[in-house]
Amino acid sequence: MKIYVCIKHVPDSAANIIIKERNKFDESVKYVINPYDEIAVEEAVRVRERDGDSEVIAVTLGKQGAINTLRIALAMGANRGILIETNERPDSMVTARALKAAIEQDGRPDIIFTGKESIDSEGMQTMYRLANALGMPAAYNVVAFSVTGGQVTVECEIEAGARQVVEMGLPCLVGAGKGLNNPRYIKIPDVMKAKRKHVNQVDLDSLDFEKPSGSLEILELQPALEKRQCHILKGQPEEVVQKLVKLIREEGKVF
Amino acid sequence: MKKIGILIEVKDGEIKTANYGVISAARVDDHELYAFVLDGRGDAYKDELQEYGVQKVIDIYKEDGEIPWNPEIWARAVIHTMKHFEINTLFGLTSAQGRDLLPRIASSLDSPLVMDCINVNVADHTVRKSQFSGKVLATIRLSGHSYIYGIRPNTIEPESAPCEAEVISYNVPLSTGKMLIKEIRQPESAGIDLTEAEVIISGGRAMARAENFGVLHECAEVIGAAVGASRAAVDSGYAPHDMQVGQTGKTVSPKLYIACGISGSIQHFAGMKTSGVIVAINTDPDAPIFEKCDFGIVGDLYEIVPMLTRQLKQALGN
Repeated sequence: MKIYVCIKHVPDSAANIIIKERNKFDESVKYVINPYDEIAVEEAVRVRERDGDSEVIAVTLGKQGAINTLRIALAMGANRGILIETNERPDSMVTARALKAAIEQDGRPDIIFTGKESIDSEGMQTMYRLANALGMPAAYNVVAFSVTGGQVTVECEIEAGARQVVEMGLPCLVGAGKGLNNPRYIKIPDVMKAKRKHVNQVDLDSLDFEKPSGSLEILELQPALEKRQCHILKGQPEEVVQKLVKLIREEGKVF
Repeated sequence: MKKIGILIEVKDGEIKTANYGVISAARVDDHELYAFVLDGRGDAYKDELQEYGVQKVIDIYKEDGEIPWNPEIWARAVIHTMKHFEINTLFGLTSAQGRDLLPRIASSLDSPLVMDCINVNVADHTVRKSQFSGKVLATIRLSGHSYIYGIRPNTIEPESAPCEAEVISYNVPLSTGKMLIKEIRQPESAGIDLTEAEVIISGGRAMARAENFGVLHECAEVIGAAVGASRAAVDSGYAPHDMQVGQTGKTVSPKLYIACGISGSIQHFAGMKTSGVIVAINTDPDAPIFEKCDFGIVGDLYEIVPMLTRQLKQALGN
C-alpha cells in the first residue's frame, strides 16, 4: 500500500507568540511536529511494519524550515518526504488543494493519515477538505485503527467518552486523535538515517490546482490577555470552603 | 430578507442548552432564522426554538423516516436543505458532533468555515477565535459564496427573543455514503459531555491514582458537573484520555471550572481559559494556576473537596 501522512510544522505549544505587523507573528520560536500528526506518522509506520511492503510518504506544506518536521517523520520511520514550499501561511482551502496536487503527482494513495487538527491555527478542517477533494471517506478523531483485505475499521471518539465504530473501503483518510497510539521516541541512529532519506521539494506555485472560490483572511492577531485577578481565600478549611460556596453561587451563577 | 440556517443538536429527545447561544449569535438585523432538526421531532422543539427567535423549524427526514446517524449522510442532508431553502449561511456548535459535521459541509460546498468562534459579525463576515493554544485572539474574515460558523459552546450568552415559528417538513433525497457506522459504544457511566458542561471539576497529578477521582465524582454529582483531568493525570494513567482538558484534549468553556491539584500549565489553560469563573485548589502556593484563576484555596484537595461537596449539598438543600 501507498500510505501518505500529512503533517504540519507548528510553533511549540509553550512558545511565546509575539505579534507583529498586526496580523503576523515572530516565527523565530521553537517549532515541533503538530502532536496529532505525530500520532498519524506513528500509526502509518506501524501499518507498514505489520504488512511489510507498504511505503510511507510524509507530506508537509510550509517554509523551508518545515523540512525539520519532515525529518522527524523520517526518523520515526517514514520512507521519504515531500515538502511543498511556500513563504505564505495559506488557509485550509488552499492547503488541501496543494496537498492533493502534490500527492497525486507522486502516486495513488491507499490510506492518508493526518492529525485531526493543528494546534497553531486550530482550523479543524483541512483533513475533510483533502478527503473531499480526493473523493475519499474521512474518519475524525480516530482512536483505534485496523486494516484487513482492503477494509478499514476505525473507532472514533465522539461525545462524553462514547465511540463509534466505522467501516470504510480503501482509499480513505484517517484523522488521528489522542489515544490512537503513543508515538515512539526517536533515537540518534534514526536521526542519522533520516538525513539520508529523500525529500522532494516542490514549490507551491508549481502545483497545478484551481484557486478556491472562497478564503479565510487573518485581519488581526492580538495577545489574549489574562484579565483574572486571583483572590486567595484565607482562613480555616471549613471557613474557606464556606466563602468559596458563597462566591461560586454569586459569581458562577450556576446554582 | 437574508436567511440563516442553524444546525440544532439534540440529545435523547432534548435540545442541548448550548444551541441557544448559537441562535443568539445568528440573530442579527432582520435575518430569518431557520433551525435544522434531523431527528424528525421538529414539532416537539418548536416552543423552545421560537423562544429564542427561530422563525422556521425545518424538520428534515427521508422517505422512510428518520435519518440514522452518519456524519457523511447528515452533512449531505444539511447541504440539500441549504440549497432547497436558498440558505448560504450556516451556524452550528463546535461540539463533538459539530466538529464532524460542519467541516464536511464546508468542504462539500467549498465554503469558508471558522470553527470555535467566540464572536461573529454576520454583516461583514468576520469572526474572532483563539489560536496558538489560547495565547492569541485572531480576527478572521470569510470570503466566498457561502459562510459557515462553528461556535464554541457556552461562549455566547443566549438571549430570549420570542416569536411564532412555523414547522416545515422537508423530505431530503439521500443515497448511501462511503462510510458505514457499525456501532456506537457508550461508556460504562454516561457522564455529561465536557465540551458542553456548565460546571467542570478537574483533577491533576495530585490525584495520584484512578480511584481517587471518586472524590471529584461525588462533588460533581451534587452540582451536576462533568469531571475532567489534566494531561499529567491522563499520562500517568489516572484518567482516560477522553477526560483530558487542554492542548491535546478537550477545549471547554463552562461557567465554573474547579481545578483540583492541577499546577496550571500553558497547555492546560489552552483548554479552559475561556471558562466563566475559575477556582483552583492546590497545596502549592506557588503553582502557576494561582496566577490565572479567580479564586484560589491553598490546601489539600482531599480535605477541601469533600468539605465542598458537603457544604454544596447543604446549600442546595438536599
